[in-house]
Amino acid sequence: MNVNNISDSEASLARRTLGFTLQNIFKPILQIILFILCSILFLSFIVIFLALILRGSHTEIDLLNNVLVILPQVIIDGLVRGFLFATIALGYTMVYGVLEFINFAHGEIFMVGAFTGAGFASILNHFGFLKGFPAIPFLIISLLLGMFVSGSLALLTERIAYRRLRNAPRLVPLISALGVSLLLQDLMRMIVTATGLGFNTSYRTPDMGKPWQIAKFIIPDGRQAVMSIDSRSLNFIIAAMIMLIGLNYLVSATKLGKAIRAVAEDRHTASLMGVNVNQIISLTFLIGGALGGAAGVLFGIRVGTIDPYIGFLNGLKAFTAAVLGGIGNITGAMVGGILLGFLEAFVASYLSLFTNGEFAGANYADITAFSILILILIFRPAGLLGETVAQKV
Amino acid sequence: MATWQKFLKSDPVAYFLVTAYALLTTTLLLRYPRTNLATDLIFVLFLGTILILHKSALAKSYKLLISSLILGLALPFFGTLNPFYIDVATFIGIFVVLALGLNVVVGFAGLLDLGYVAFYAVGAYLWAIFSTPQAGQIWPAWSSHFPLAPLWFFLFIPFALIVGAAMGVLLGLPVLRLRGDYLAIVTLGFGEVIRVLATNLDRPINITNGAQGIKSIGRPPLFFAPFFQALGWNLSESQLYQLYFYFLVLIMVGITLVVVRHLNDSRIGRAWTAIREDETAAIAMGVPLVKMKLLAFAVGASFASVMGMLFAAKQLFINPPTFDLIRSISILSMVILGGMGSIPGVILGATLVTLLNLQLLPRIAMELGQLNLPPYIDPTRYQRMIFGLLLILMTIFRSEGILPEDRRQKELHEK
Repeated sequence: MNVNNISDSEASLARRTLGFTLQNIFKPILQIILFILCSILFLSFIVIFLALILRGSHTEIDLLNNVLVILPQVIIDGLVRGFLFATIALGYTMVYGVLEFINFAHGEIFMVGAFTGAGFASILNHFGFLKGFPAIPFLIISLLLGMFVSGSLALLTERIAYRRLRNAPRLVPLISALGVSLLLQDLMRMIVTATGLGFNTSYRTPDMGKPWQIAKFIIPDGRQAVMSIDSRSLNFIIAAMIMLIGLNYLVSATKLGKAIRAVAEDRHTASLMGVNVNQIISLTFLIGGALGGAAGVLFGIRVGTIDPYIGFLNGLKAFTAAVLGGIGNITGAMVGGILLGFLEAFVASYLSLFTNGEFAGANYADITAFSILILILIFRPAGLLGETVAQKV
Repeated sequence: MATWQKFLKSDPVAYFLVTAYALLTTTLLLRYPRTNLATDLIFVLFLGTILILHKSALAKSYKLLISSLILGLALPFFGTLNPFYIDVATFIGIFVVLALGLNVVVGFAGLLDLGYVAFYAVGAYLWAIFSTPQAGQIWPAWSSHFPLAPLWFFLFIPFALIVGAAMGVLLGLPVLRLRGDYLAIVTLGFGEVIRVLATNLDRPINITNGAQGIKSIGRPPLFFAPFFQALGWNLSESQLYQLYFYFLVLIMVGITLVVVRHLNDSRIGRAWTAIREDETAAIAMGVPLVKMKLLAFAVGASFASVMGMLFAAKQLFINPPTFDLIRSISILSMVILGGMGSIPGVILGATLVTLLNLQLLPRIAMELGQLNLPPYIDPTRYQRMIFGLLLILMTIFRSEGILPEDRRQKELHEK
């Protein structure tokens, strides 16, 4: 074989890798931003259209203007919810990608992350440091702590409860995961009631600054529709964005990411190619858990009060998001999460407005997620971005 | 296990020992009917007679005789002395039927259903709405017809059966074409949806009376009360109802047992086993996959729906939190603990978990309460932890359950 030829191809490989890498990182990001804009436009169009149609039956209130005045805030709310579901959904989707297994306990990993942050904040508060603590370092330390604890916990559950069930019938690890989820819920409940944080733990934070006004619109009846974002939500979106970009880089452009993808593709062949499969699976749990923990911290800071059962519903919805985008597909999880977040925010805000308060939107927002899940499973089981693959035999 | 089975082989000594054991526990129970720790233990030993009978190699007619004497005579008589234990026995019966129903889905067909309690809720609400003036709020024009007369209870049993089966099919249709894991999460969501609907459907039309729940639910007619009085048995109304529900549940357990055993031994049962063990191979062998899965789902759902009806009539009051996730989980724990697919195992699992919930945990809580411990160490409040541990330990160390089914044991231990 010609030596020159080899070095040539290596050089071209390197060049291609750089371009390839950049493309791999930024293409999904651009896609997601485009997707966010499209869904905002589409959903806004739908509610305005509905308002115009239903105007006749709601004569006592000015439906169209009422819809428009809250629209900017609903969009922001949807965006935050969307990033929350996207970050949690990544944990489900990564584990499903490598093991084809739904990690029921992932919602609880998220919950533990939230409590790690709350615990850190309350320790700071106990010693009187919290008031004067600068906001950004506080956020970064909380995030790192939450990621560390949740990541280690995810690693530990894999070692203890899942690894030895890897070759058991499919039902068995699923049940074990369910057990881990229940155990973690009540362990955390025991810990928080014993340490005096209380079942409903309030998440104290230093002063995060004033809400930031993005834009102001004048709606037809002369009122102002203000689009503003409070700093907690802004932190949420920025931190989630950074993590998603980081994960995308890790998975699509590094050697480690290649190993993860190889294991997801075919575990046995990957092990023949020199990939340490157990290590990669542990790593997947670590990364997914850390993302979940970070989402927990951000969620806790944003809502202010958390309890040991928050993981259940958020986990379920995030799973729905993962299925919506195509389970096992990382970009899909982000897209699904954001779409679900928007849908939920729109239902929560507009359902009671359109039905004259007959249906309380907040209560039915939860049902929306499951209805979407069932619809997706009927009409497009592979999800929005998933490919239909034959089941492995 | 083998040694004591040999010990109880079919010879006169074994007959004598088992009869003596049954007599001893019954006498002790009837002699000391007050609720305390000792009676709890004797009660468990008393119920253990059934397990001993099951494990022994004695004649079938003898087993049947002793168990019917114990369950049909000794236990109800004890119930007239102490209402608490007959209540526990009734709940054990309810959960045995529920666990057997879930076992059809999880154990026989291998489909993980985590929202099983939703079907139970459907049955409970069905009877609760129609046996109270609640139904009049849904159809104001017909409100003079409601509440329905107690006799309707028996007509509603087949109705609940059909509605439960229909709900099972409706939920199953979209999901059963897919892989099992999706089913788990969809049923989990469905359980939540039913609970949310029950909490919120008091507006715009008041169907479920929202979070307050429905109270004063109708009970089946006490048609045998005059007969009892003629015999000179002076039992109060609440005692009569307690015995009544106990026997209703006992009959339901019997019917369920017969149905489930016949299903499992039939062509359908074999199809379920084939699906559970290898879906692709089952399709290749011509098993109608979706139809069989739907059938399993519908059978399980209809059992739950009927038991929900009975439960509502027995408790007189239901509200949405009665049907939360932890109840689905506890039924699943019964199936896993006893052994998926094994009928005697599931009965044992249901009995053990119900005893744990209703007797052991409150008892421990009471004993701990005297020690002046901080309030957060109350074991009745940590059901999730207990069931979680149970599920993890069972799956890791003995995934075939306590009384495993032969085939399942082989399947899990082949490498």
